[in-house]
Amino acid sequence: MKIKQLAKGVALAAGASVISFSVMAADTIKVGVLHSLSGTMAISETTLKDTVLMMVEAQNKKGGLLGKQLEAVVVDPASNWPLFAEKTRELLTKDKVDVIFGCWTSVSRKSVLPVIEELNGLLFYPVQYEGEESSKNVFYTGAAPNQQAIPAVDYLMNDLGVERWVLAGTDYVYPRTTNKILEAYLKAKGVAEADIMINYTPFGHSDWQSIVSEIKKFGSAGKKTAVVSTINGDANVPFYKELGNQGVSSEDIPVVAFSVGEEELSGIDTKPLVGHLAAWNYFQSVETPANAEFITQWKAFTKNPARVTNDPMEATFIGFNMWVNAVKQAGTTSVDAVEQAMIGQTTPNLTGGMAVMNKNHHLSKPVLIGEIQEDGQFEVVWETDGVVPGDAWSDFLPGSKDLISDWTAPVKCGNYNTKTKTCSGQNY
Amino acid sequence: MRTLTSLFCCLWLLTTAAVAEPLPGEIEATEITAPVEITTEVLLQQLTEAKLKDTQDILEQLEAKAGEQLLPLFRSLLNGNLYYVKESAQVVIVNDDDSLLDALTGNAMAAVPSSELKKIRVNNTLRSYLRGAIARIQLTATNPERRLQAVRSLLSELDAPTVELIANLRQQETDADVQSIMDLALALDVVRTQTDTASRLSAIQIMQDSLESEVRIVLNQAVTDSDKQVQAAAKKALAAIEQRVEMFAFIDQLFFGLSLGSVLLLAAIGLAITFGVMGVINMAHGEMIMLGAYTTYVVQLLMPELIDYSLWVAIPLAFIVSGSVGMLIQRFVIRYLHGRPLETLLATFGISLVLQQLVRTIFSPLNRQVATPEWMSGSLEINPVLSLTLNRLYILAFALLVFFALQLILKKTNLGLNVRAVSQNRDMAKAMGIRTDWVDALTFGLGSGIAGIAGVALSQLTNVGPNLGQAYIIDSFMVVVFGGVGNLLGTLVAAFSLGIANKFLEPVTGAVLASILVLVFIILFIQKRPKGLFPQKGRAAE
Repeated sequence: MKIKQLAKGVALAAGASVISFSVMAADTIKVGVLHSLSGTMAISETTLKDTVLMMVEAQNKKGGLLGKQLEAVVVDPASNWPLFAEKTRELLTKDKVDVIFGCWTSVSRKSVLPVIEELNGLLFYPVQYEGEESSKNVFYTGAAPNQQAIPAVDYLMNDLGVERWVLAGTDYVYPRTTNKILEAYLKAKGVAEADIMINYTPFGHSDWQSIVSEIKKFGSAGKKTAVVSTINGDANVPFYKELGNQGVSSEDIPVVAFSVGEEELSGIDTKPLVGHLAAWNYFQSVETPANAEFITQWKAFTKNPARVTNDPMEATFIGFNMWVNAVKQAGTTSVDAVEQAMIGQTTPNLTGGMAVMNKNHHLSKPVLIGEIQEDGQFEVVWETDGVVPGDAWSDFLPGSKDLISDWTAPVKCGNYNTKTKTCSGQNY
Repeated sequence: MRTLTSLFCCLWLLTTAAVAEPLPGEIEATEITAPVEITTEVLLQQLTEAKLKDTQDILEQLEAKAGEQLLPLFRSLLNGNLYYVKESAQVVIVNDDDSLLDALTGNAMAAVPSSELKKIRVNNTLRSYLRGAIARIQLTATNPERRLQAVRSLLSELDAPTVELIANLRQQETDADVQSIMDLALALDVVRTQTDTASRLSAIQIMQDSLESEVRIVLNQAVTDSDKQVQAAAKKALAAIEQRVEMFAFIDQLFFGLSLGSVLLLAAIGLAITFGVMGVINMAHGEMIMLGAYTTYVVQLLMPELIDYSLWVAIPLAFIVSGSVGMLIQRFVIRYLHGRPLETLLATFGISLVLQQLVRTIFSPLNRQVATPEWMSGSLEINPVLSLTLNRLYILAFALLVFFALQLILKKTNLGLNVRAVSQNRDMAKAMGIRTDWVDALTFGLGSGIAGIAGVALSQLTNVGPNLGQAYIIDSFMVVVFGGVGNLLGTLVAAFSLGIANKFLEPVTGAVLASILVLVFIILFIQKRPKGLFPQKGRAAE
């Protein structure tokens, strides 16, 4: 009898604890944060982790979501691409997160894709990338090439009268694809083969002497020359330094960069960079009330008045707000319902416009071109009239010209061929 | 008669209508500026309020009005140190030492807190206008060097008024150099705009000795000219110029190679001692370089006013910092692993990770900013197609200096004698009463200290961050192995030949393939001659 009672009690207690556990679990909505906190990418990605944490904190102060509190689950994939896939699996199966904000490099995203599709998760990817992809389980809140590279080239061509082009990049997938698109675009615009110079350098390249001297020579042919730079990270500083030392000024040969933002400029000697350009969808210097509020919030959250904001942070901000709205609209965090609710979602961006989530899981964004100032900020010199819808598949590459992505019925496909009217069936 | 009058009336009406209906922009201009006379002060006032796109207009009016007086103002606007006081809208020049000058009169002013100052912004369009304007003003400068520069920078923007201005000034010019560059400018204009064959041919005659890029542009256009004689002359002149340009391009590339070689030499020379002479595989060598670079950063933090002298302080300090860390590593780790290369390799690799993480914790994982002293920026221009960047030039000289100093230490001092003795035959040296323990520590310290000095130099070329050392460790081993272990001269030759080979391959194959090719070459070379370029001979070899 005693034993029986004991067993009963244990069973009851166990049952109660299971119930209380599940109640606990149901009490919060889990937000996975998949950004490298160590290794080479930690410099850039730590900022985005903090941004998500700040947004989660702010949302909880507003009363959470669907009556529940948000809980951030932070993991560290350590700039190790296969580890990104493992950590995604861990987030989805062990922590059972409802959404993941994460990845920076394209290779990390490519490594996450099979897992997130297999387990039907939801990933918000906040960085500009090379396009040529659209997954049902991923929302791309950074710029596609037609929202950064192409408008930048248009600006150089039309406003600065550039006729000769140097496409310089670090040797990996983003610069190679972007340059392929740009080369096709320039040729379509009637630029001769001889007026395009393409150059790739290894990661962290520091000896730019002969390349800068080549650029100088290329630029002294009497036609206005510009450099379109997809040079990544660290390698930029010695590159601009060498330009300065060899006497190439921003008026002679302007460099427009796609990977140099406020964060990269903070803590380096900006003198050799002043006057060169960058193309983004957001600059900290844009004066709108929403942006001012965001900057104040960020500085308060990091307790550092000198912290800067940048474009991928805005992309995270937009993605997070859209996800919150979509969950509210769907009334659940179930991935399929949220995915459908996301499409058509609008939320104010930080530059005074409206971000719209399109059927192809890419955002509509404004494109801004800024000149680097001595204080590491950008002075906007040009912007598109309105927002530009992101194009998943470039119109300038022979392989993807006819492809579109449309995740609404009846197409429901990430790579629908408009000519053959078929979905290739490939997963992403 | 009446018809005639009415015709006149009509005409008059028409003309007045035409006059009375100016472009909308002009109306605004007259409306705004009519009540006040446009003085320089008023224009300056407008400058403080103007939007970027209106600024050029104001600057043009200023240039027309005040000319030479504006030189300091234009210069500081170009360099980004032109501000205005928020309250009084007075335009001021802020010097590097934070003292203020009145932009117009150049008089010194009482200091104003920086929060009260607002910068007058410029963009690329304005910068290029300012350069042109400064050059136009400088055409009449008293210093002939200035006039020469002014004409040179105007070569690329020779419009009719500029040509006229230069032609007039040519009459009074007395300096021979300036005269010839002015002649060149006029010749460029003649070939481009005139039709008379004889004068164009003589203009090409003037141009054919010049290496200015503008000359090549104009000649390239003239090569397809309809005038056969001009075409032939242009072709001939162009061929001669191109040949000289090629030659200078070769020299330029040689310099790039030497410069890369000097960086490799600096990075490898410390390793040549620890690995080459002592036989310790030191994977933490790169971190010694990094520590040197961070020492430079700290020195600059401590003496922000004296950046120009910071390197002279940083060099000995970096030697001491890296050298003592090296000695600590030797005394506490490597000493106990003597004769066990694999364990030494693993232990030093561990130490390198520890040091990197230490720096990350203390200084943050972000790259740190190390300023370049004024005397190291810019380049030494030998002629329009050949200019050597000063920082590279200094580092080349510095690398050679370090190399010869080290040779002297090893060959002429007591320490050097001991080091060589211990590395050749430890037991015998011990028997002769040399404290091999301490010689080991000192040698390791010397090698590490020199790596620290290399860090000071590298801080001027590349990013100072926790990964700095990683970028150079492989190259360093490559150089030492290629040159022959235990031979400093081999290291020198190896560094320069690898540098030059790399730089000559780069334009042909691209940077990525160039470094692969060099690596493949070294692997093949080591297969053939495992002891490197200069193998040690005789007893020292074993």
